[in-house]
Amino acid sequence: MKKTTKKFSFNGFGQLTIPLIAIALLVVFNLIRDPGFFSIGISHNSNGNAVLSGNLISIINGASELAILAMGMTLVTAACGGQDISVGAAAAIAGSVFVKVLKASSSISGVTVILAFLCACVVAMIFGSFNGTLVAVFRIQPMIATLILYTCGRSIAYWINGGATPTVTSSIVNAIGSFIPGIPVPTPVIIVVVMGILFWLLFHFTSLRLFTQSVGINGSAARLNGIDARFIKLLSFIILGVCVAVSGCIGVSRLGLINHETLLLDVEMDTILAVAIGGNNLGGGKFKLSGSVIGAYVIQMLTITLYAMKVSSTDVKAYKAIVIILLVVIGSPVIKEKFSRFLARLSDKRRKVSVKGAEE
Amino acid sequence: MRKLRALFLVTVLVLCCMAVACGKGDDDGLIKVGVVNNPPSESGYREANVKDMENVFSEANGYKLQTFYSKSNDEQLQAAQGFITDGVDYLLISAAETTGWDDVLKKAKEAGVKVYLFDRMINVDESLYEAAVVSDMAAEGDTAVNWLLAQNLPEYKVIHIQGAMGSDAQIGRTGALDAQFASNKMTKVVQQTAAWDEAEAKKIVESVINSGEDFNVIYAENDGMAKGAVAALDEAGITHGVDGKVVIIGFDCNRWALRELLAGKWNYDGQCSPFQAQIISDLIKSGKAPATKKIINEEKGFDAKTLTQADIDTYGLGD
Repeated sequence: MKKTTKKFSFNGFGQLTIPLIAIALLVVFNLIRDPGFFSIGISHNSNGNAVLSGNLISIINGASELAILAMGMTLVTAACGGQDISVGAAAAIAGSVFVKVLKASSSISGVTVILAFLCACVVAMIFGSFNGTLVAVFRIQPMIATLILYTCGRSIAYWINGGATPTVTSSIVNAIGSFIPGIPVPTPVIIVVVMGILFWLLFHFTSLRLFTQSVGINGSAARLNGIDARFIKLLSFIILGVCVAVSGCIGVSRLGLINHETLLLDVEMDTILAVAIGGNNLGGGKFKLSGSVIGAYVIQMLTITLYAMKVSSTDVKAYKAIVIILLVVIGSPVIKEKFSRFLARLSDKRRKVSVKGAEE
Repeated sequence: MRKLRALFLVTVLVLCCMAVACGKGDDDGLIKVGVVNNPPSESGYREANVKDMENVFSEANGYKLQTFYSKSNDEQLQAAQGFITDGVDYLLISAAETTGWDDVLKKAKEAGVKVYLFDRMINVDESLYEAAVVSDMAAEGDTAVNWLLAQNLPEYKVIHIQGAMGSDAQIGRTGALDAQFASNKMTKVVQQTAAWDEAEAKKIVESVINSGEDFNVIYAENDGMAKGAVAALDEAGITHGVDGKVVIIGFDCNRWALRELLAGKWNYDGQCSPFQAQIISDLIKSGKAPATKKIINEEKGFDAKTLTQADIDTYGLGD
């Protein structure tokens, strides 16, 4: 009985406690600063569609690429106990392929967009399996293995399209990046939901979650139980490849332009951060995708808050770092343990008091 | 097997050496030029710059061109050293960093190699190079701001999106606008750096729109960031361009950006000319020492109302 109350007081939402507290704090802070911060309005975009607008929409919309990458990164983290730092570069490659295929066709129809996306997917999955092979077969540490693609990825993206920033003008691509006519919700947000559902289906109908966790917790034990650890690790990188392709294509569609040097720049660090804020163990093992997704929204909310406060964007990173240090320290096992011991002592005292009261 | 493989490798090596030696053999009468530049992958600007160099310093024009592209200053220094040892007549440099070039340039002088700097200045004594052909970024900013003032808007509420802080282009293009903010002729709604990142520029403009603040000018320090800013306006349904509410200013004259101008969606694009090769070639061919050490590459600004398709074909970068 005592144990359950203790758990409830600090770990009511399990590993989601920290990210949820972070979101709550940011919401409260923003509401005090500007009560109208989260108000959602309806405006008409330049195509004349009624669309939702406001800071909340900006946050949820802007975090889409990060959220999708965080889902894939969680899986890689859980299976391999390490992170892929090449997602930004790989997304630049996928985006470049997307643009290349679109530009190769004379007129852009729905079919060409789907074809371009599939090509981007295949290329990203190939690069994913390259990383995966290095990690799973050759047992190179994930960070070192993916450092290769991190270093050369944007050069490869350059080879695909050349140095200038090619642009695509198409109402379909524009709809993917902003709004589909008649639907007031930004399309990237819808894509995040679809990706979430796909992952849920994957975990629901296969044993991938169980296998990934067991490989992450103890690879050799998993192998002795008949799980092909190499395959699971490789698979996690390939799935991340799909996520990379999706977010790369969203990034390109937002502006109808690919700049291989700046597309999703530094996103790998934000992605790893999102996984960490989500309470996932970066050493592998148990994981929760929802935590990472919330982590992604925390990061984006932080950025938008700082922009709204007109903090100079050169300083934004420093402020972000401060908040993140706090979050990570509060979420660390040492602080968690101290805190729960403190709570236990409190409840002990209270019980003693109540016992005394009963005796009297 | 091992012997065979060794033999094969030796043959390949010998062939390579021969190829290099042959390549060196046929330079009769050609002016040997070594170019040390940043890699074309850096930007659309650099790509056009590299192509221009290769076109102007062609064999048809009487040159023998050797090139080296790198973002790393150390590698550039080594390559320059190599060109001097090779005995080039002219060394053309666009350095990755402004420091560390003294020794190499002194060696060039001793060896009788004439040095021209292009695009970027280097922190060395003027006597070490013949001339520097560079863009005047501050002039680019001035031209743009003067154009803006000439529009006689009733008020100037400016969103200023800066490039990577500390870069030449950012400092030059920011200076002109900062002067206007200081003299209160224009109001600064927000001034943020997006570090050349289109998506970041969009976020900055989005946050201003969400805050409900009024603005009527977006001054973005390159084309990509201007495009990001315009994407945010489009989502919010704010009109822009020639007949719109918000005046859009970009820089670099990418071809796609000039097309936006021609369509009336943007108002102004400032040129940053990557075409220094012809100026340097003329100097080399004239055989005279240039009158000044610092030669400013003339640059234009394009107004959407007067831009023509011919301008796009001549001055546009990329595709």
